[in-house]
Amino acid sequence: MTELNAGDQIAGLSVTPDKYTPHRYAGASGDFNPIHIDPEFAKAVGLPNTILHGLYMMGLVARAATDAAGGDPGSLKRLSVQFRGMGAPEAEIVVSGEVKAAGDGKATIDVVAAQGENQTIRNAEAEVVL
Amino acid sequence: MAIKTEAIDKEWPATTYEVGREKIGEYARVIGLENPVHFDREAARAAGYRDVVAPPMFCVVYSAPALGPAMFDPEVGMNFAAMVHGGQEFVWSEPACSGDEITTTAKCLEIYEKDGKGFYVFETVSTNQDGAEVVRGTWTNIVRGV
Repeated sequence: MTELNAGDQIAGLSVTPDKYTPHRYAGASGDFNPIHIDPEFAKAVGLPNTILHGLYMMGLVARAATDAAGGDPGSLKRLSVQFRGMGAPEAEIVVSGEVKAAGDGKATIDVVAAQGENQTIRNAEAEVVL
Repeated sequence: MAIKTEAIDKEWPATTYEVGREKIGEYARVIGLENPVHFDREAARAAGYRDVVAPPMFCVVYSAPALGPAMFDPEVGMNFAAMVHGGQEFVWSEPACSGDEITTTAKCLEIYEKDGKGFYVFETVSTNQDGAEVVRGTWTNIVRGV
């Protein structure tokens, strides 16, 4: 059984989505908003280029929280996030986290996803069962 | 300009989605998940699931279609050009497995203005073929300059 204690840093993860990751995520999720897959459209609405789906990054946060709880997909019971920065393809995403509270077979983990200084997901809170 | 709030408590028709094994695998590969319970029926059963099990965040695949009509409803009146997905919460109950038929309803929980921005909060509730709740989502969209 996985043990988590308040103050523990979770292993987290690091991923560099490639140029076509937003296309694959669009296909997998059904979200074909052109700001994620069409550079011309993205620039026309004032973005520097295509941006990652926020829910893709939330998927990475869910993966890191699930792994911290031992890897069973049923261990993640709640995940709440705020999207505060735009994520870009072809740049490393680092997901890190700290256990805020643990006990009675449950734990609450604070998680952040960032590209360099840009925190794309912050104030993320995951509740897992162990 | 005052924000329109008449859509608060409005509910939209339910959508139904049948979960498939290959679709779970497609989603899991994009996220980089390698646990065989997302790909292999025997591995999933050995882990105590009915069939290949969806990763928790696969819930966007089956619950988002219920939200579409709510987001585009003129009564809600969101300005899409100035909208960002500001926050998201999911609370999971029963797992979603291949072969499950999941029904999702959408409701507008809140519309309010704060610091010159409009906040539009929707809730989706997804239940499986046995009537058991699978996931409850709270979707917050923020519109600049309302």
